[in-house]
Amino acid sequence: MDPGRFERISEFQWRLPATGGMRVPALLFADEGLLRDMDDKVGEQVANVATLPGIVGAALAMPDAHWGYGFPIGGVAAFDPGQGGIVSAGGVGFDISCGVRLLLTGLKVPELREAAGPLAHELGRQIPAGVGSTGRIRLDDAEFDRMLEGGARWAVSRGWGNAEDLEHCEEGGCVAGAEPLQISGHARRRQRDEMGTLGSGNHYLEVQVVREIHDEVAASAYGLALDDVVISIHCGSRGLGHQVGTEFLREMAIAAPGHGIELPDRELACAPIRSDLGRRYLGAMRAAMNCALANRQILTSLTRESFERLLPRAQLEVMYDVSHNICKEETHLVDGRPRALFVHRKGATRAFGPGNEAVPAQYRAAGQPVLIGGSLGTSSWVLAGTVAGEAASFSSACHGAGRAMSRHQAARRWHGGEVVRELAGRGILVRSPSLRGVAEEAPGAYKAVERVVEVADRAGLARRVARLEPLICVKG
Amino acid sequence: MAASWEHFAHGADIGVRGRGDSLPEAFTGAALALTAAVTDPGRVVPKERIDVRCEAPSQDLLLVDWLNALVFEMSTRSMLFSRFEVTSDGRRLEAAAWGEAVDIARHEPAVEVKGATLTELAVQCDQAGRWCAQCVVDV
Repeated sequence: MDPGRFERISEFQWRLPATGGMRVPALLFADEGLLRDMDDKVGEQVANVATLPGIVGAALAMPDAHWGYGFPIGGVAAFDPGQGGIVSAGGVGFDISCGVRLLLTGLKVPELREAAGPLAHELGRQIPAGVGSTGRIRLDDAEFDRMLEGGARWAVSRGWGNAEDLEHCEEGGCVAGAEPLQISGHARRRQRDEMGTLGSGNHYLEVQVVREIHDEVAASAYGLALDDVVISIHCGSRGLGHQVGTEFLREMAIAAPGHGIELPDRELACAPIRSDLGRRYLGAMRAAMNCALANRQILTSLTRESFERLLPRAQLEVMYDVSHNICKEETHLVDGRPRALFVHRKGATRAFGPGNEAVPAQYRAAGQPVLIGGSLGTSSWVLAGTVAGEAASFSSACHGAGRAMSRHQAARRWHGGEVVRELAGRGILVRSPSLRGVAEEAPGAYKAVERVVEVADRAGLARRVARLEPLICVKG
Repeated sequence: MAASWEHFAHGADIGVRGRGDSLPEAFTGAALALTAAVTDPGRVVPKERIDVRCEAPSQDLLLVDWLNALVFEMSTRSMLFSRFEVTSDGRRLEAAAWGEAVDIARHEPAVEVKGATLTELAVQCDQAGRWCAQCVVDV
């Protein structure tokens, strides 16, 4: 985008003043280079978000913002239910509660080396991934409802994990207010074979090494040290969430005029929070969030089984689990006054600062862990939420790098087999049922996550704590 | 002329577009483009038939419903589709889709489609009578 379109209000903040139907300004967090690299559609989409009823402060775009649907990916917006504020199925997206879970292993890299090949093979066999893959778990109707209400807490109660896992999950692994009654038969049917599956596209399970530490104190609180072996699981609510998004997007798009809402882009389909449709969506979305939390918990358990077979001295502990496609009710200070707001984060991560009571006690002094995903050969990052971010971005930070080229371009530029061989030469073992999928997710198809993370840090959204490099990658 | 399909660029996802001499042909092309987001439609043997019905208040929402009905069938039956027969008056749609079960080795499926979005959604007929039906699908 042309930076000339914006008012530069600080080194890393660019404002689009409220014009036309915009109720608030749009605010983008980026340096000049990142802003120039963003598609013009990002500016258009964030300005569209600013027109939605009840929006508070500004429509925000994180440093990794890119062209999404409705909201930009990397978009954040908060709405006040008392001022006609809305909840948007398009603003949450199809992959409800897609997120990242990080596991500690207690292992150092030298302890993994000889086992890396067999472990890659074992995880590739153990973790259901890719199109048409199915999980081992089938739930009857009553148990399905308990899963939707209980999330990871339900999974632990059924033997997939332990109580300590839950202490280190956002919301303790269970989102309140889920309403299984709002989950349709189609959504249930889509999930029937998909409990405990990874999915495809940019979802993955990676064994990684802590390669750099940027903040010793926070890293120590998080249990991270140089050369530690860790595991990242990136996936969401699977078919159930996709179907919930599909159904409510349609219903909200059709109902919007009846609610007096003029949509600049139908993908922003939404309903007042205080409406029957808004309440039903929130109940369904929270159930889908629990489905995602349960899914990542089951995948954690499957991963533990594999490590017990091959590396029994490893102790897999949940470091943190945080989602990046959500709408959550949170209290934020606006002009010095606490207000209960519904914060949409579409491809953006919650990033509570030090002292926030929602952060596990062990991490509270450091701030909430913010988990930033990579892709195959690229790094992942652990950041920490900041006090400044609470004021600047409703406690939100980036979630990844964002694509630099389309899937089609990537598939034409690279062959999956070459990508796998090149990464093997760098010591990264890839296991995937689809070479085309690997080509579409080639590391070069993504922007440099380091720039995004540096800007997030310098803009005060979240502090850099540790950089992780992949060793084994299971892709769908 | 017969239905044709193409993809168009979108930042993170994939745009699907079908063209034809009628709305049903354009919808057929869009369905082929949907399959092509996952695999080469030429690799999918049309040996098993399923039936789909949809109804929507507008032509463009009918396209979204049609593609989402196929996404649902692909997901729950673990199938891919390569041949379609579509009839529609622009509000109601009845279709048959032929395909087969996903074969990982032969189809090399790249991604699963999560859903059809309302982004870049358009169903249009130009002055020459050529129809175009398109939207972005989330993968």
